[in-house]
Amino acid sequence: MTGSRYLLMLAALCADGYGIAAAPPHLSQQLPGDSVYRLDTTLTDQDGGNFKLENLSGRPVLIAMFYASCKYVCPLIVDAMSRIDRALSGDEKRAVHLVLVSFDSERDTPGVLKEMAAQRHLDTTRWTLARTDAAGVRKLAAVLGVQYRATTTGEFNHSSIITLLDSEGRIVARTARMSEQDQDLLQSLQHELARNKGAGADPGR
Amino acid sequence: MLAVSAGAAEYASIPGGSFSSVLPPDGKAASASVAAFRLRTLPVTNGDFLEFVRAHPQWQRDRVAPLFADNQYLAHWMAPLRIDEAQRNQPVTHVSWFAATAYCEGEHARLPNWYEFEFVAAADETRADARGDVAWRERILDWYARPSTALLPDAGTGAKNFYGVYDVHGLIWEWVSDYASLMISGDNRDQGDPDLLKFCGAGALSTQDRENYAVLMRVALLSSLKAADTTANVGFRCAMDESGDT
Repeated sequence: MTGSRYLLMLAALCADGYGIAAAPPHLSQQLPGDSVYRLDTTLTDQDGGNFKLENLSGRPVLIAMFYASCKYVCPLIVDAMSRIDRALSGDEKRAVHLVLVSFDSERDTPGVLKEMAAQRHLDTTRWTLARTDAAGVRKLAAVLGVQYRATTTGEFNHSSIITLLDSEGRIVARTARMSEQDQDLLQSLQHELARNKGAGADPGR
Repeated sequence: MLAVSAGAAEYASIPGGSFSSVLPPDGKAASASVAAFRLRTLPVTNGDFLEFVRAHPQWQRDRVAPLFADNQYLAHWMAPLRIDEAQRNQPVTHVSWFAATAYCEGEHARLPNWYEFEFVAAADETRADARGDVAWRERILDWYARPSTALLPDAGTGAKNFYGVYDVHGLIWEWVSDYASLMISGDNRDQGDPDLLKFCGAGALSTQDRENYAVLMRVALLSSLKAADTTANVGFRCAMDESGDT
């Protein structure tokens, strides 16, 4: 066995060590090359559980970045995701996952995220609010094309983008329209949901 | 002369401090401040990067995920694990932001952020801040005017600057951790219309420092790149917090 193969195996074994929803170790080998889930960043959800992006695979995902203390723009991002969600049928709702990842590695602890989920009445069986370290935030922002900068007062100026990922983590569509329904994105999501259902994918995580 | 060979990379201690940046934190005239940190004295070379790629095959050009690097990634190498001997000590280029970030993590380091880079780039050989010197500014601009087809010199062949750091000017452009966000305003009063991107574009640049073309060109170039992009002129070096943590 070559040294490099050994390292790969070791990496795969380590990746299996993540709690709540560990993906099979071989999964990342099967992901498309342009899948966002190739990013090997560990995130923590509102209940303190660690997961990797690839654990989100298997169903379409709406993902956006935000931070909990944000007063101006972020509530509108959540509103926009809820608006898309509300336009779906009951079956469709159950087959999509909504993910919010915080820019604010310092302050957005799982406790803060959980509180925000409660305040905003977000059903955490379908929504995941997550944090990661500063390096993870940079990488995720890079793959999602989100730009941000910490302000002098400890807030974040950032672009507001909701991204639709297919069941394998490829970017299908995105929108920067936060105050009204983006019909194109909604249609793309419904198309993905139909495609995923047709493929007989298991909607349960 | 500095050791350029394999082994632990050398880092210079940078004391940090306040300085006038072309990207003022408040979008106007406030000073930027940089905490003490350490910066690799040399840009990462092809030889360095080859070792990294050997240890991390997922970063070989024939294996890298397209998410992380475009199709010109390491295109100047002879084969996925082979470089021309003449390239060994040249700064590595044709590397994406993702690849540069991964390399620095492998060195238990990180990419410097823009302010850290700009702080060090203000120095010449004898002064921490030589930016007011017209002759020095013109010397740097001369480099930008040279055609980039010329053979890339080895890292560390130029003079070291005030901090003991080589090749900040004159060899390559360098990735910084926050390269994608340089044109975003740091003034939270610019938060407003949620449907607009929170850019202030050129407004983020200080007009007080418009003579500093060389630095402004760097900002413009980096801002035009995506994280998977690679070019013949963009390489990188790594940084660490002064405590040695990343």
